[in-house]
Amino acid sequence: MNMAATECLLQLYEERLQLEDYQSGVPRWCSGCGDNAILAAVQRLCRDEGLRPEQTVFVSGIGCSSRFPHYMKTYGFHGIHGRALPIAEGVKMARPDLTVFVNTGDGDCCSIGAAHWIHALRYNMNITLFLHDNQIYGLTKKQVSPTSPIGTRSNTTPRGAYLEALNPLTVTLGVQNVSFVAQAVDWIPELLYDIVKAAYHHKGLSFVRIVQRCPEWLPKLMDPWMHDPQKVQLVHHERALRISPAIAKVYKNHVEHDPLNMDRAREIASSTDVVPVGILYQNPCVPCYEDIRRSGGLRSADYVRRGLEGEFDKFTVWPEGAGEQQAA
Amino acid sequence: MDAMTPAAQPTSARPAESRADAALGGKAATTLKEHIVEIISDSGEGAQRCGQSLGSIAARMGNGIWTTEIIPAEIRPPARSVAGASGNRIRIGAGPVTNGGDETDLVIAFNEQVLLGRVRGNQLKPGCTILLESMWRSSPDAKVAASYIDTHDRLVKAGYRVYEVPLEAECRRHVSDPRQGKNMFALGMLCSIYSLDLQVAREQVALTFGKKDRGVIEQNVRLLEEGFKWAEAGLDFKYRIPALRNTQPQIVVNGNTALALGALASGMEVCAMYPITPATSASHYLSDVFEKVGGVVHQAEDEIAACAFAIGASYAGKCTVTITSGPGYSLKQEAIGLAVMGEIPLVVVNVQRGGPSTGQPTKVEQGDLLTTLFGSHGDAPKVVMAPATIEDCFYSVITARKIAETFNMVVVILSDAGLATSQTPFPRPHFQESWLAPPIDQSEVPEGALPYAWNPSTGLARRFIPGQPGGMHTVTGLAHDSASHVAYDPEINEAGIRARSLKLAALQKTLRPPPLFGDAEGDLLIVGWGSTKGTIEEAVGALREEGHKVSSMHLQFLQPMPPGIKEAMQRFRKVMTVEGNWCDRPEDEIIDETNRRYSALAMLLRARYLIDVDCWSEVKGQPIKPSVVIRAIRARLQH
Repeated sequence: MNMAATECLLQLYEERLQLEDYQSGVPRWCSGCGDNAILAAVQRLCRDEGLRPEQTVFVSGIGCSSRFPHYMKTYGFHGIHGRALPIAEGVKMARPDLTVFVNTGDGDCCSIGAAHWIHALRYNMNITLFLHDNQIYGLTKKQVSPTSPIGTRSNTTPRGAYLEALNPLTVTLGVQNVSFVAQAVDWIPELLYDIVKAAYHHKGLSFVRIVQRCPEWLPKLMDPWMHDPQKVQLVHHERALRISPAIAKVYKNHVEHDPLNMDRAREIASSTDVVPVGILYQNPCVPCYEDIRRSGGLRSADYVRRGLEGEFDKFTVWPEGAGEQQAA
Repeated sequence: MDAMTPAAQPTSARPAESRADAALGGKAATTLKEHIVEIISDSGEGAQRCGQSLGSIAARMGNGIWTTEIIPAEIRPPARSVAGASGNRIRIGAGPVTNGGDETDLVIAFNEQVLLGRVRGNQLKPGCTILLESMWRSSPDAKVAASYIDTHDRLVKAGYRVYEVPLEAECRRHVSDPRQGKNMFALGMLCSIYSLDLQVAREQVALTFGKKDRGVIEQNVRLLEEGFKWAEAGLDFKYRIPALRNTQPQIVVNGNTALALGALASGMEVCAMYPITPATSASHYLSDVFEKVGGVVHQAEDEIAACAFAIGASYAGKCTVTITSGPGYSLKQEAIGLAVMGEIPLVVVNVQRGGPSTGQPTKVEQGDLLTTLFGSHGDAPKVVMAPATIEDCFYSVITARKIAETFNMVVVILSDAGLATSQTPFPRPHFQESWLAPPIDQSEVPEGALPYAWNPSTGLARRFIPGQPGGMHTVTGLAHDSASHVAYDPEINEAGIRARSLKLAALQKTLRPPPLFGDAEGDLLIVGWGSTKGTIEEAVGALREEGHKVSSMHLQFLQPMPPGIKEAMQRFRKVMTVEGNWCDRPEDEIIDETNRRYSALAMLLRARYLIDVDCWSEVKGQPIKPSVVIRAIRARLQH
């Protein structure tokens, strides 16, 4: 274990992790499921960023998307329905040294876990969140979700969904302390990767909604957007997402947008005819909850003892005659 | 036990029957073994502070004390309302005092309405001495004056020994705003009544107002002295409760503060909570001091989030505590099941209150035992401990953290509103480094080691913590094999359930049989758990003095139950639990052996040990009184 510092550095330098070092098991998602694309992008990110597998934690809730951590050879926490965010927050508060990701679905995040979603934005802990939004409950077999378009036929809405869909982007952009909001689609892997990477590099809660196809329950839902490149609006800026010439050639609908412009971000997020892809909002100045709350001091036994004895002093009744000198 | 020596006539015509220990005439002090005194006012008038100070002064003099907060359910109940009584109740004894005792012997009331609430609640002893603020008699509001006079006259008629005291008028002679100082005047009176050392009282007042400026302290000390003088001259009685001198420093805190100090002393770093009565004061205190030792109190967006946050922090290597009460505890159940399934150490404190539903938020009840043992769906074994004293509240958190991390289990601490709001001194703890959580293990996991390599005989496995190289795996709430892979294989599912269950047995092997209070055999064994210990032992002690063959046993561990319980019970002709949760009353017409619902512990003992354990319970939202337990035991001994 006794290794010279230079040797240590040498070892780190020489250890290059490959994609296989992040892959675990064979994903059990349906073929054509958008989760596969997200997994590929994230594994690529880990490799490119050289994330130490033992220092990385993927936390998820319940649903198809929440199987995600099982397919990563990192630490993972496949929790309970809706509660991925508070679990991840606990991890980050206890261990700011760990890199924390959250994978959550539209039911998990926007329905049963909606309270945690709102508050996670407010805490703005340094966590990267992927909202796998396929607009339907998959694992429980096709029930309407809060992001299902009105009219969606499902097992609980056989005559079509009754309500307008909730827009996760505008909701997110409405919360105080929001610091990073982006949207990607699973069928443009290059942009998906760029957006995931930008989210990872942002310090704060990075909220990435990934529009994801469900070939099993809503196979045709995204067809109008997939078949007409004009309906994909690329949101770019020199300080945010830059578009490669190859992508620009296929997707010609571009809009330049300063990611600090909240009003414009909300406007873009509200569009219904096109699906915006890119970084809608990014503010690097919002403080992180863990930085506000943690002292960062070394917690030695003596440090705790002194604190405790100080508290005992406050409540101690000294025997009569022992005098105040003892208390001091 | 008590005595009253009226040297001159109180305003009441009929002083209670008395037994004088000291000579009449002049103002000799009557010696008492113990007395229960209450100070009650509208909230915000400082009766709480007066009571706490009195307790501290008596404790410094070497008396045993037990103080209980009297809390109205509302923050600012209307002034002069029956339900609005706020204050403190102090039982002062010559020796150690282990519970709040029976009815009150002496009350100082700042108005007659708050007093009425106590009278109607049967909190006052017949013939109780009442020192009543008399300013209302001459109130400009005719209704108020009439109400005062009417109440006063009725109290006198009912046999209470009522003294009218011009509290406000007296204070006005010394300060401009008497509302702010009446409590210290009252404290001075009480110091005179109980022959407490005025110098000790002065010091206590200085301590109480330590944060304020000198002027405030001086003014309060002056009022204290004036109150003392007034009572010396104006009252015709005086008591003395001899003290056994302490030689050791004592800590005086309530159960919630003790819990928070325990969290501090356990080395835990994170507490995740959501506000709920009566648990919140633990978090209030912790919020104030935790950061001094590098800790964090996280007020989550809801109870579920608080529990999930705690689980996340524990999973990441720092055993965490979440503090709540009944309704919040219900909300946490699914998350607790996750911690059980993932074998993540977690300490959950449930400061029980009256239930179900919103129930009685500020009142004591022991209603959550079964939900704690069996809560969360499926088989979710967890450790359940119940502190029996304020001192236990402190040490139980340290023990709970250790068990949680040794066995990778959820440990639930069942306190209650009674412990939460009561104070009694206990020896100042001597810090030990072994209390603290060790640093997070970041050593490499040997190749081939599995995160749930359950030991076949104990169910235990090494805890894998993020950061440990080679230990990467995904914790899941799904059934899993020893590699933490999701598994639906019937054998694997059973293997996991078995291992999680075995850990309780492994812990049980380390526990000692609970000690007996009294002889090891006899006619009746009383079994209790939690905050009732002092009351039960006082009752059993009194009956033993009368010659009854009754003993008691108090359980600190409710799950697993320590060894030796069955053998202990078998040495008694009858066994009965005394609990603060409901059991059907056998005397009710339609209740019989086939439908009677037993109290929680009785049900557990019957099921586990096949012994015909009876139960007696009371769920009035008040701490159970020793005299009531004596009556219950006596009745049980007779048939």
